[in-house]
Amino acid sequence: MDILNIDITVPLRSFALELALPLGTETVALVGPSGAGKSTVLRAIAGLARPSRGAITHAGETWFSSERGINLAPEDRSVGLVFQEYALFPHMSVRRNIAYGGTNRVDELLERLHLGALADARPGQLSGGERQRVALARALARDPRVLLLDEPLTALDAHTKASVRAELRELLREIQLPTLLVTHDFEDAAVLAQQVGVIVDGSLVQIDTPAALVAAPANPFVASLTGANLVEGNARAHGDLTEVILDEGTTVYSTDSGTGRVGIVIYPWEITVSAGKPDDSSLNHVTGTITSLVTIDNRVRVQVGPLTAETSLGSAERLRLKEGGQVVASFKATATRLLPLLQPPR
Amino acid sequence: MTRRPLFPFSLLVATVISGAFLLLPLIAIFTRIPLSTLVDQLGNQVVLDALIVSVKTTLIAQALILLFGTPTAYLIATRQFRGRSLAITLIELPLVLPPAVAGIGLFAAFGRSGLLGSTLRVFGLELPFTQTAVVLAVAFVASPLYVRQAIASFEAVDQSLVDASRTLGASPARTFARIALPLAVGGLAAGAALAFARGLGEFGATIMFAGSFQGVTQTLPLAIYAEFENRFEVALAIGGLLVVISALLLVALKIRLPWTSSTSTSLFLSARSRSS
Repeated sequence: MDILNIDITVPLRSFALELALPLGTETVALVGPSGAGKSTVLRAIAGLARPSRGAITHAGETWFSSERGINLAPEDRSVGLVFQEYALFPHMSVRRNIAYGGTNRVDELLERLHLGALADARPGQLSGGERQRVALARALARDPRVLLLDEPLTALDAHTKASVRAELRELLREIQLPTLLVTHDFEDAAVLAQQVGVIVDGSLVQIDTPAALVAAPANPFVASLTGANLVEGNARAHGDLTEVILDEGTTVYSTDSGTGRVGIVIYPWEITVSAGKPDDSSLNHVTGTITSLVTIDNRVRVQVGPLTAETSLGSAERLRLKEGGQVVASFKATATRLLPLLQPPR
Repeated sequence: MTRRPLFPFSLLVATVISGAFLLLPLIAIFTRIPLSTLVDQLGNQVVLDALIVSVKTTLIAQALILLFGTPTAYLIATRQFRGRSLAITLIELPLVLPPAVAGIGLFAAFGRSGLLGSTLRVFGLELPFTQTAVVLAVAFVASPLYVRQAIASFEAVDQSLVDASRTLGASPARTFARIALPLAVGGLAAGAALAFARGLGEFGATIMFAGSFQGVTQTLPLAIYAEFENRFEVALAIGGLLVVISALLLVALKIRLPWTSSTSTSLFLSARSRSS
């Protein structure tokens, strides 16, 4: 299998970033605060920045090796890099932008990314979401072996972000390319990537599936970064509310609207844990077994079925929570956020 | 009693005086003698010879300035190296040099007994008082105007576009031709127009280094000077011709700029040093 192997040290202004990571045919997101050097990692892989040490190899071909003194020029690496502000060529039409890296697939990509009607437009005439699609098409036109996305959703306004994110997720699933994306937003990373790596102070502190990061954060930083639960289900209207049937079978309700495949975001502190169904205004109840208990300062993270809840240390003791115990996790419909997702590939 | 607002009134007076002062010599060129007489003088052999010499030498100098100045500007705009700001300052120096200094400098470098004089003689070349000398003088005084504007224009090209081009498989040369050059072309054209206008008006360095021989080295400004004492109306006619050419250049520059993406025409637009 074609794997991109990265093991590099990248010098930054005040510290060095070290990263060792194999990248197979999947999407990996690197998440960390702004200024953590995430973009520099992508630039180093693309050949636009020179690591101070290490090696980057792809399917047996060495792109960079400090030991052997190899540093291929960007044009000699098979990489598609989508820049944060998209970096579309302003003096070329959409079609010529896409054809810049390779002319074979231009019509196919125009079609696939719904850009056919915009083929003759200039980048200055496009919306943020359209620009992103052009940037993706342009990167893919070169038939890259590796796709790199630098903060792909940051340049978009909140209004268009959700739908663009859903489209991007769909596209990444389809193209089956090793993809590395960097973002400062865990929610974006969780929606787009199968594996999420958290970078703190120049090193990768944890890499795992989004659900595993939420459930078992390696340190408080990861815990605060990941914050929310993300589970998936199918939504449909139900009176004033939206009814969502979670993949594990439970039905929950949200005040957000949505239909079809959705991601459900619930913050752990919005979830109360009790022995039986509580007699309060919460509409949503998920009954499950406690699979883990992690104490963070004066709080306890409780994993109940697919959800992570947080309670105070006091109430955890009062409820005598222990692993393997049966409890009910309750949360309000107003605390249940819906993120649109497209249909998963069949 | 009514008090006239003094401040707006004095602004107006100053503006009228400035305008009159700047326009009066130009108006005088066209009204000193009847316009038909002025136009007739353009058929004079001295004028025709000078026009041919001026156009020929300025165009050759312009071609050399573009050919060597463009790569120079691109290198300086896109590389960080020690002594970069010193290099920019040296390139700009001829802009502020008195033309007489340029003339004596060219003589000292390329003259018979100059630095390169003996080398040039080996190849049978003697530059002073030839048309080549005119070209060199024009290129020397005019090129800094182009190069500094070109540096600023290349610096204004978004680095991420250059990076994008490279990751899309384009070599540095292709990136220059398809991205940097088209995006900087408005600023380059502005710089070229300024250099052309400066070259066409070049006087001091040319008269010292190339002399003023009709049909060989006598350019339009030199012809004005030569005819000034004998045939004032011929000098006036050449002056009028240069006013028209300069005005056309300026108008072309102003029309061209709005629809190009690049930078200002400002003569003293400073080449910004990029901070990382």
